[in-house]
Amino acid sequence: MPADLKDSIVKAVAAATNEVFSTMLVMEATPGEAYCEKVPQVSDGVVAFIGLAGKWTGTGMISCSPALACRLASQFLMTDYQPGSEAVNEEVLDAVAELANIIIGNAKNLLEEELGPMGMSIPTVIFGRNFTARSAGQGEWVVTPFQCEAERLEVRMHLAPARDPMPLRHGYQPPECVELR
Amino acid sequence: MPLDILIVDDSAAIRKILQRVLRQADVDVGQVYEAGDGLEALETLKKHKVHLVLADVNMPNMNGMQLLAEIKSDAELASVPVIMVTTEGSQSKVMEAAQLGAAGYIRKPFSADQIKDKISSLF
Repeated sequence: MPADLKDSIVKAVAAATNEVFSTMLVMEATPGEAYCEKVPQVSDGVVAFIGLAGKWTGTGMISCSPALACRLASQFLMTDYQPGSEAVNEEVLDAVAELANIIIGNAKNLLEEELGPMGMSIPTVIFGRNFTARSAGQGEWVVTPFQCEAERLEVRMHLAPARDPMPLRHGYQPPECVELR
Repeated sequence: MPLDILIVDDSAAIRKILQRVLRQADVDVGQVYEAGDGLEALETLKKHKVHLVLADVNMPNMNGMQLLAEIKSDAELASVPVIMVTTEGSQSKVMEAAQLGAAGYIRKPFSADQIKDKISSLF
């Protein structure tokens, strides 16, 4: 992955995460050092991911422990979800999915200035243990870790140019270029 | 007169947050209805008269822009203000919503004050 694209992703993810935490969670998330990985190293906890498609295509993902998922949901919904696997109920999973939607969506909005328009899928959320995640393609994932209270939240993003970009909307015709004199 | 409001979002979390914000707003809120997508919203609007719709954009079955177009093309519903509350922040989406007749466009993440101020400005 080109270094400037990695930097753009890290900056966009940090800005989006910071805005969501300060506006809707009233919590601090301190970014750590970002890094790249070939395969997402996520095997436990709560994971929410969203597909991105346009001239660039890929996936955005957030992951955290069940305890942090409960804490984030408690702040987001102003309801007390006690940490523990039993407490990771549908409401907690829905809250994490929506947080992923807002974080990845806002990062996408910032990246669109550089990469062009991208559409977003509806988020999918998984909670479990000992799972393995894979993504088709050869690209790298940019991982931005955040320290949130005593826990760790990771935001991953994988983007690559689309081989055959899909039209954003059925029947959409791009405007013709007009030379201005 | 209390305002009856329809919240349309596929996220139950966002519907819950908006319910809470509406109850704290400086407007008299009556009945609050919820729908998980545009189709469900249209069904609700056939059964109940509302004074305001808050709608997400990215939703399954029928998205928020399609819902907005349906509302504005229906003579009985066209006067109901629709505020888009969405993660989609591109200028093209904002312009599309304005052209379709949205009364406002609030980007997620939102603060409670943004929602309250926008509603107060309409009523």
